[in-house]
Order: sequence, then C-alpha cells, then structure tokens
Amino acid sequence: MSVLLQINNISGGYYKEDIVKELSLNVDQGDFLVIIGPNGSGKTTLLRLLTRVLALRRGEILYKDENIFQMNLKQFCRKVAFVSQDISTDFSFTVMELVLMGRIPHLKRLQYETRKDIEIAEEKLALTGCLSLKDKRIDELSAGERQRVIIAQALAQEPELLFLDEPTSHLDIGHQIQILDLLKKFNERNSLTIVMILHDLNLASAYSNRIALLENGTVFKEGKPQEVLTYQNIEAVYKTIVLVNNHPVTGKPNVVLIPGEK
Amino acid sequence: MRLRNKLFFLFLLLGVIIIFALIKGAVNISVANLFLKDNQAILHLRLLRIIASILVGSGLAVSGIALQAILRNPLAEPYLLGTSSGAGLAAVIAVIIGVSRVYMPLAAFLGAVLSIVIVYNLSKERGIITDKSLILSGVIISVAFSSVIVFLVSLFGNKAMHEMNWWLWGSMQVYDYKLLALVFFPVILGVFVIYFFAQDLNAISMGEEAAMHLGIDVQNIKKILILVIALVSASLICICGISGFVGLIVPHMMRLVVGPNHKVLIPTTCLAASIFMISCDLVSRTLFSPIEIPIGVITAIIGAPVFIILLKKGKRI
Repeated sequence: MSVLLQINNISGGYYKEDIVKELSLNVDQGDFLVIIGPNGSGKTTLLRLLTRVLALRRGEILYKDENIFQMNLKQFCRKVAFVSQDISTDFSFTVMELVLMGRIPHLKRLQYETRKDIEIAEEKLALTGCLSLKDKRIDELSAGERQRVIIAQALAQEPELLFLDEPTSHLDIGHQIQILDLLKKFNERNSLTIVMILHDLNLASAYSNRIALLENGTVFKEGKPQEVLTYQNIEAVYKTIVLVNNHPVTGKPNVVLIPGEK
Repeated sequence: MRLRNKLFFLFLLLGVIIIFALIKGAVNISVANLFLKDNQAILHLRLLRIIASILVGSGLAVSGIALQAILRNPLAEPYLLGTSSGAGLAAVIAVIIGVSRVYMPLAAFLGAVLSIVIVYNLSKERGIITDKSLILSGVIISVAFSSVIVFLVSLFGNKAMHEMNWWLWGSMQVYDYKLLALVFFPVILGVFVIYFFAQDLNAISMGEEAAMHLGIDVQNIKKILILVIALVSASLICICGISGFVGLIVPHMMRLVVGPNHKVLIPTTCLAASIFMISCDLVSRTLFSPIEIPIGVITAIIGAPVFIILLKKGKRI
C-alpha cells in the first residue's frame, strides 16, 4: 500500500514546551489508524499539527510527498478534513447550512453553492442518516445527531483523509457503534483513509487495522491491534494493570480492566 | 415567509419610512408640496439626515455582525473596540483646548483610531489575537478613557459638558455635507468588504479551529476585519457621534428573522438598520419638536425593551 501521509521527526506544542517530540509515523492509503495514549500524551496536539492548526517547530509532514505547510490551505482542505468532538456555538445555523460549509474549500469567495454542492451535501446527509434533520437548527439536535452532522460536513469536503478527535466521547454505546460502523463503511467502500483518536481501547481494537500508542509526545508502539494492545505495553504506558484476552466474536484483543489493582 | 417576501417587505418599509422622514418634522409638509421651491432647504436637510441615518445604521450594524462572528459572541458591538470612548475623549480635549469646531470630527476620528491601536496591541499575544483578550482590552480602554472624560468634564465644567453631549449621544443632524460625502465612501466600502468575507464569517462563527479546517486563513481575516470595523465606526463617529445599540440590536433581530447565514444576514441587516435609524431620528426630532432629543437616547429607549423581550422570548439567537 502506498504511503499517504509521511510524518518525519516532528516536534511542536503551544508555549515554549514541545508536546509532540520527534514523532515519526506513516499513514498508508486506506488505513483505519487509531491513535491511543494516556491524557497529555500529545494525541490532540499531534492532530492539530497534522491539520495545520498548529505550526511545526521541527520535522516535516508530507502528503503524497508534498510538504503540507507549503500547500495552498484551501487545496489542503479539499483533501484533508477534520471532525471535532463536538460543536458549540451561539449561532443557530440549520443542519443544511452547516453541512454546506463543508463545501467552502471547493468554492470561491462570494460564490454561492451550486446545485451540485447542494446535491453533495444532501448525499452526505443521507449517508449519515441525517437527511430528515436537514432543516433543523443545530442547537435542537441531540449529541448523537450533532456528531453525525459534523461527520456529514467533513464528508462534504470530499476528503481523501479524515481526522477525527474522539468522535464518540459524548455518545452512549449504541451511538458509538453506529458512528464507528458508519466510518468503517466509508473506509472500506470509499477507500477513505481514517486517522482517529479514541480513548476506548476495545473500540480501537475492534475497528482499526493499525494502532499507534503514544507516550510523552512520541510513538511508544505502532502496529496491528494484537501487536500494540498487549498487557505489557498498556501497563508500561498507562501504568495500569489489565487483562488482555481475545474478543469472543471478532477474535481481536479485548482489554479487561481490573478494579482495585494499581 | 420566503426570503424574497421578507426582502420585499423590508424595501417597502424603508420606502414608507423615508417618505415619513421627508414630510414630518418641526414643519410638516404634505407630499404634494414636497418639491416646491419654498421647501427645498428643508427637503435638502431632511434628505441629508436620511442619508446619514442609512450610513450610520448599515455601517454600525454590519460592523456589529462582523465583530459578533469574530468573537462568537452575539452581544458584541462595534464600540467594544474602544472607539466611542476614544472619540469622546479626543472631542473633550479638543473642546477644552479650544480647537475650532471644524476640526472636531478629525479629533474624534483620531481618538477612535488611537484607542483601537491601543486595544489591538494590548490583545495581541505572539502575533495572535484571542477573543478574550480583545474583549478585555476593549473594556479596559473604554473604562479608562471614560473616567478621563468625566475627570476633564468635572474640572472644566459646563462648557465642555454642553459640547460633549452631542458626541456622547449622537445626532443625525449633518451640519457639513462635505464631511458626509467624505465619510460615505469608507463606510460603504467597509460594508462591502465585510460582505466579501460573508462565507468566512459563517465558518468563523462556528469556531476558529473549525474555520481553519475549512481552509480559512482565520488570523489574517480577523486582522483585516478588525481594521475595517475600526475605520467604519471611527468614520461614523465623526459625523454622527455615538449611536449605541444599533450595532447590537439590529443584527440580533435579523438573526431571528433570516437566520445566521451571513450571505443573507448582511444585506437584510443593512435594510433593517436603515429603517431603524431613520425611525429613531424621526422620533428624536418630532417627539418634543422643536427640541431634538439625542438619538442615542431614542435607540436605547426603543432598543432596550425590544432587546429584553427577545432575550426573554427564547435563547434563539
């Protein structure tokens, strides 16, 4: 498989301190890569660097051999989209207006959305099961609906690579599975490459083809779920004792927490 | 109601209110006699007031929209950047040191610009302007300048006080049509520049990071827009003093009517703000005619209750 995103020795952070430190990682075309790691290990900062929200201090990020910081920002956003944990705003746009914003990277300034843009937005709304919410205002939605709408907006950008920062953190288990199944479908059928932060190790195990375990701003271990999710790795990074057995249905690693053991 | 109908209704209302503003006043003129030679001077004066009202209304309301989106705060208004107190302070100083009235607008303009420069630089941290520091710096400078105004007025007494009222509460009485012409272009240009960024404002109002993920150069657009807002509000203060509330309340009302999409919100707000200001000016000069009440008083008296009703009626903004 060809490399889509090549991350070479990058460092970056907010104030003087580097949060991400000399991190290297490759994302292959068609990957469903899940980034895990304890709080403060630099997961979100890494995603901010990869989506150009934060500037790099050292190293380089290549998207199909092109340095992302030298790409035109709008052009970059036609290829790479980002889904946040949630949205909060005092401005009550409708669902359709919000999803149409996903077309901004494809539009010129002052250009109104064309018939085609509206069709794309409607298609993405249908795919995420939100078409019936089209005319609702975003502050009327439930958390699960809102998350699906944010994903529809990102899909309307028609990206090749989709980043997600804990898209399921505000959702109950039913909605978690629903969202992740949806993303898996896009990953498999539309060869959308996905890089996602997840806290739940078992969801990471179930959906990813590769996992990157971060510790202190760098990659501690990267590989297939069964290579990364071992009790030794988890104990070393999370300082927590766990049991790892195999999931009875999928056969993938299943992490079991042990209360009271520390 | 469909958008086309809403627009038609707004245009109709604007037309009606303009006719009222032309015929009503200290002297009432019937529509038939409006174009008689004897009434030409009055017609001319009232026309200038209407143009000033349209400029002030649209300029302040659209600046308000831009600032509200940048700060993601529907309660922001253009004077938040310190322009009003800066202009007020400069005007007081000009009165005290005895500068000719001709140069008062220039003094006010410079004061407004100066305060924005201070606010802008205070809020800049490592090249980035954060919402919180912009609001805080604006408030601090406003409070500081206002207290200096009160200090100077209490030292120098009545003379300054009387001249000041005009600046602090605003008036659509244009005594210099050349100045109006001078201000016309930067204000209209500013409104168009803000409209030019309508799509970016939509994205920015969803959050700065969200906008960046849509390919929008947030930091630079913010700087351009703050400059535009500053120039528009400073220019308007020159001709009409300070008209509070219009930059806050009209955008707020129009979001209820047409929604937050800036491509629609900006043009409809221009119409609504023009209607609002012409009406307020009409009230200010007819209510206790021939005494003219400062327009800031009228916008506040009409604005405050409307605002409270909207706030109580629901959180929808």
